Amino acid sequence: MSARVYLDHAAGTVVSPAARTALVEGLALTGNPSSLHASGRAARRLLEESRESLAASLGAHPGEVVLTSGGTEGDNLAVRGGWRARRAEGRDAVAVSTVEHLAVAATAAALAEDGGRVVGLGVDADGRVREDVWDRVDERVAVASVMWVNNETGTLQPLDRLVEACRRSGAWSHSDAVQAVGVLDVDFAASGLDLLTVSGHKLGAPVGVGALLVRREVRLHPVGSGGGQERDIRSGTVPAALAAALAAACAEAVAGRAEHRRRASELTGRLLAGLAASGLEGWRRNGGGEVSPAVVNLGFEGVRADDLLMLLDAAGIDCSTGSACSAGVVQPSAVLLAAGADEATARSALRFSFGPTTTAEDVDALLRVLPGAVRTARRVA
Amino acid sequence: MKVLAAMSGGVDSAVAAARMVEAGHEVTGVHLALSRNPQSFRTGARGCCSREDAHDARRAADVLGIPFYVWDLSERFAADVVDDFVAEYAAGRTPNPCLRCNEKIKFSAVLERGLALGFDRVATGHYARLLPGPDGVELHRAVDGDKDQSYVLGVLGPEQLARSAFPLGDTPKPQVRAEAAARGLLVADKPDSHDICFIADGDTAGFLSSRLGSQPGAVVDTDGTVLGSHEGTHGFTVGQRRGLRLGVPAPDGRPRFVLDISPAERTVTVGPREALEVRELEGIRPGWTGQAPVAEWHGTVQLRAHGEALPARAELRDGRLLVRLERPASGVAPGQAVVLYDGTRVVGSATIDSTRHGTTGARDAQPVAAR
Repeated sequence: MSARVYLDHAAGTVVSPAARTALVEGLALTGNPSSLHASGRAARRLLEESRESLAASLGAHPGEVVLTSGGTEGDNLAVRGGWRARRAEGRDAVAVSTVEHLAVAATAAALAEDGGRVVGLGVDADGRVREDVWDRVDERVAVASVMWVNNETGTLQPLDRLVEACRRSGAWSHSDAVQAVGVLDVDFAASGLDLLTVSGHKLGAPVGVGALLVRREVRLHPVGSGGGQERDIRSGTVPAALAAALAAACAEAVAGRAEHRRRASELTGRLLAGLAASGLEGWRRNGGGEVSPAVVNLGFEGVRADDLLMLLDAAGIDCSTGSACSAGVVQPSAVLLAAGADEATARSALRFSFGPTTTAEDVDALLRVLPGAVRTARRVA
Repeated sequence: MKVLAAMSGGVDSAVAAARMVEAGHEVTGVHLALSRNPQSFRTGARGCCSREDAHDARRAADVLGIPFYVWDLSERFAADVVDDFVAEYAAGRTPNPCLRCNEKIKFSAVLERGLALGFDRVATGHYARLLPGPDGVELHRAVDGDKDQSYVLGVLGPEQLARSAFPLGDTPKPQVRAEAAARGLLVADKPDSHDICFIADGDTAGFLSSRLGSQPGAVVDTDGTVLGSHEGTHGFTVGQRRGLRLGVPAPDGRPRFVLDISPAERTVTVGPREALEVRELEGIRPGWTGQAPVAEWHGTVQLRAHGEALPARAELRDGRLLVRLERPASGVAPGQAVVLYDGTRVVGSATIDSTRHGTTGARDAQPVAAR
């Protein structure tokens, strides 16, 4: 395969050199961090140093860092674990925005099996949680979960309103911030959130590691049973080498986020200006005015996104449709549907997302093929 | 050439795609998601719409090093194949859904989408041959007579055939399996699929009952005597012997067969094997792989999948195809296709609408009406 133009960093970005080095060095350590002997202590030391580094990068206390296998596990712990912890108080509901990733949305929906309720927080046409829904976060809500940055459209959510609603009602506030860390200024303490999910492979660490930040006063119930290695919330041997890679990647991403934002904004501007200059008609950027500079979600009238993706793939460009089922069938974007789009529009969107390695040449390569590919895809009846 | 290889997840389509790659074409694999509720795992040899099949197709594409996508055609499939299948049974006919799928999905919806996206051909693992002829490409039977699938391709027209590729038509099936193994394709030992892919458990009668409900009626003999009852005419096919559940044996003690199905009266007529014999039939919606015959045509016809080739004459009259068999055929079910062959070459096809006994007998005086 020739060199690819990789514009799908929101799905998984490049593993940073620092994370790679940290991982390899960590793998050289033999031993289980829970063991009491010298080898175990060495592994535990790497783990705790990684935790401290991660906490420092994210504005958290080290005791607030629960290491996980990734974003989905963190979201499960926060939503299900939070609901289980508080239902005895008469809080039988979770409140989630209607544009959450399935890691939150499906977890919330699954609580119905155990007698839970889901309170939907509706969004406006941009996909932003509406101003008039916050009073739905009431005294019967255990956890309210609203993502920091939407994974499909890049839309920023009003987290200050989430925190305010939770303070008023006593619910715990949770945000899936996997698309925010390394792009925006994510500071756990300053955010006022009770729970925040981080995923490694979105910020330069390998797939298979992440963290849930849990404010010290918040006592989640475990979701899986076992040795309770992570604050009795999460069981399983903690992979010290992966934790080290996560910490290294996170430190680098946080240090570089202002520069990444600046560059990503330039790339976004270049892409939108180039498309406007191409003469292509019938396209728009989805997600509204307050969006992550690293995500550009474009809708193309009269196009099925999976056709366009295939044409771009053949031209050497990697990008993404909203989601596909387990068999690989592309689905209409649930995010755009929730924002009021019709099904054809929800099937017409592609996501291009930028990472630290993305260059202006990558955007130019996309611009060379995108208008023609859209015209070809429009020939499909 | 840019080739779209339809990959079902089975061994045939995987080897077909491999051969297109080896021939130097730029091949892209697509798996067609046809079922709205894909079964997670196949049971036995049934089902072509399962998640496991999509996985197997994807893994074959990996081995071949070609791009792979899943195309969702479930809506078209439900409307054009499944609903049609149910409606045909409801009308007392016996449809062939694979043929309808080739006509409406694989060589229509998929082909059109592929052509629009810049592909030149659709390749499948069907056992049939495309050979150059004086008037363009010709569709012929496969070399492997046991596997020949030209019957279910008989509905294709010249434009569709010109945009198709059937790379397996010259190869016996065992050789295709051996080739799959030699190429490292993991599906080399996967069982063949035989059944209707959208009826995963193989219970066609149960599927039809769930869609059509219970419509009780009488089972009668040729002079109208009621012999028993049934829960719906859609449970029967002309020529069927088993499952009639008649309490009374025939006076002569011989087995009885379904002769006729009349959904309007909700009757199923049964009788002896001889009464099943058909010498003439009429087909509707005739279609041709090339030029339509101008005068009376003489060749062989096939009346069901894996049926034998029967010598026959045919002519077009008022848009209907009239077929006279030289020897009587048994159990010819309306709704099936009559496919016309000139030697190994497919000439065209029509959907069987009505049949005639063709000798003296009760049904000769009153031909089965076109429904």
